[in-house]
Amino acid sequence: MNNAITAIRRNGVALKGNIETKHTLPASVRSRNNVLRTSLDLYANVMHCQSLPGVQTRHKNIDIMIIRENTEGEYSSLEHESVSGVVESLKIITRNNSLRIADYAFKLARERGRRRVTAVHKANIMKLGDGLFLQCCREVASGYPEITFDSMIVDNTTMQLVSKPQQFDVMVMPNLYGNVVSNVCAGLVGGPGLVPGANYGHVYAVFETATRNTGKSIAEKNIANPTAMLLASCLMLDHLKLNDYASVIRNAVLTTMNETRLHTADLGGQGTTSEVVQSVMRVIQSKGQFTAEL
Amino acid sequence: MTTRSVRSLSGALKPLFSPRSLQGYVVAVCHQTHKSTYTTIAPPARYGGRHTVTLIPGDGIGPELAKHVCELFRFCCVPVDFEVVNVDSTETSEDDINNAIMAIRRNGVALKGNIETNHNLPPSYKSRNSLLRTTLDLYASVMHCQSLPGVRTHHRNIDIITIRENTEGEYSSLEHENVPGVVESLKIITRTKSLRIADYAFRTAREKGRRRVTAVHKANIMKLGDGLFLECCKEVASGYPEITFDSMIVDNTTMQLVSRPQQFDVMIMPNLYGNVVSNVCAGLVGGPGLVPGANYGENYAVFETGTRNTGKSIANRNTANPTAMLLASCLLLDHLKLHGYASMIRKAILSTITDSRLHTADLGGKGSTSEMVQSIMDAIQSTGPRTQRH
Repeated sequence: MNNAITAIRRNGVALKGNIETKHTLPASVRSRNNVLRTSLDLYANVMHCQSLPGVQTRHKNIDIMIIRENTEGEYSSLEHESVSGVVESLKIITRNNSLRIADYAFKLARERGRRRVTAVHKANIMKLGDGLFLQCCREVASGYPEITFDSMIVDNTTMQLVSKPQQFDVMVMPNLYGNVVSNVCAGLVGGPGLVPGANYGHVYAVFETATRNTGKSIAEKNIANPTAMLLASCLMLDHLKLNDYASVIRNAVLTTMNETRLHTADLGGQGTTSEVVQSVMRVIQSKGQFTAEL
Repeated sequence: MTTRSVRSLSGALKPLFSPRSLQGYVVAVCHQTHKSTYTTIAPPARYGGRHTVTLIPGDGIGPELAKHVCELFRFCCVPVDFEVVNVDSTETSEDDINNAIMAIRRNGVALKGNIETNHNLPPSYKSRNSLLRTTLDLYASVMHCQSLPGVRTHHRNIDIITIRENTEGEYSSLEHENVPGVVESLKIITRTKSLRIADYAFRTAREKGRRRVTAVHKANIMKLGDGLFLECCKEVASGYPEITFDSMIVDNTTMQLVSRPQQFDVMIMPNLYGNVVSNVCAGLVGGPGLVPGANYGENYAVFETGTRNTGKSIANRNTANPTAMLLASCLLLDHLKLHGYASMIRKAILSTITDSRLHTADLGGKGSTSEMVQSIMDAIQSTGPRTQRH
């Protein structure tokens, strides 16, 4: 793991798949993905969920950006069993990290011309913790008068998401709620195979599939949906300022999505991974771009 | 260890050492000797054949819905008398909620609306609902989400029972700020309570003839805490070989819920995931106005709407959906063993729901609360049993 982290420090950017965390290993063995995120201080996890044109879902016109605090909250891995049979897990919320993520969220909203930022919390129960998070969001919001800021309790949020997801624009939240809400949104736009995710820090950026699944049950069967990973690689190209390549690949992926014959099993079709990738390559070739013959 | 965490630990260990446990009444460690809640709780006091039930109207739409419940019960001649206890959510003293708790201890059963928790009050002010649940040790929150005929939703054929641990987990209200700007919240998971809730879940599944129980957790990150919860569920599962037990991580669960909710049968989980998952399920079957919830403890039972909303924005406008509260009152009647009345009211509610002209605003219609209640009363009258004219 340390080798991987050193390599990312050297290069500054990474593309990663999910590393499995075995539940049966002792508690001192921290999740590798978690270690990577905290060591590199990748504090913002950004996921852009959009309804894709060729994908049949129950809800249409979804366009939500989810910004999730990535390093603290419930994922501090600080647990202890002082008395046998009683486990205490610590959830840490700090002013610095909350201000930082709120700042990132509002800056991103402004850059993308978004109108509304919603903070998701549970401050009626966790008054100090989520109360602090909310307060930090409000402070930052006061510096962005053109953006509407509101807040919503996490249970109401998830309920609204499954009935009227079109009302949400940008959402900012601590780690655990971010996990749940981003998975709900991924499910709403078509599943784990479609949405790319990005983890940003001040210095480093790591790109991966948004819902961070290992997909163990469909490994090596050529039926995985490559869309999420390919769109993640487009995000990486954008980050490296290779915007032309990014748009070429992204357009090709979206065009391929429209072809329902090529949908993989998770979208209800019978296509294989290699067919989808082939089709993406053919689309790129037909556009006339300079490509390498296989 | 801080005094607060010592208190929390002693609170967690109380069930083991309380006098009642020594009588063998609460022995949560060995599930085989644990008696079923359904047979050992005596139905609440009946005087002259009438039950007394505590009614806490709460805030927002609570009072108007409580009134409708009283109206409906009076109309159907249900042998239940309500003892109304008002809890003022703007008061910082705990007298109100203590009165309510005493009333519930007296009567054994309650029907409540949600009491608002003002975020601006200091952190020492605990959520009244939370206080009620922990003081009365209502450890299981059960919500049965079913697709109702006549309600149009994106998904069909949903039938999920969510059983949520109601007293510990993230809701322990134990937070402190040792260093300014750094807040630590404690999430407590204990073996005793996890075994207890798992036991409850499997017993309920067996009684209702359910085939599969799914535990929802995040043990890849919270290894000790949710790991302990999972372990307790697995232990209890071994005593119920006819029921399939599996587990799923909470993020995958929520994703599956929005794409294929029909795969779930009974779900069991700690407090916070329970909150989120039960709200997702409520949203899937049609919203907060439709699903009733029940909180069961060893000795007490409190019934309320499943998603615990105050509905402040629609209060007093006669647009709230009374279905959730009325179905909760049916659960109450079932608990009091007044099954005849319960099924009569439930049938009337379901026949009213199928009439989409009466749907309230949350279901996309233009009906009012009073119209719906009137229609339910008409449906009951037409089925014949003796009713009281106004």
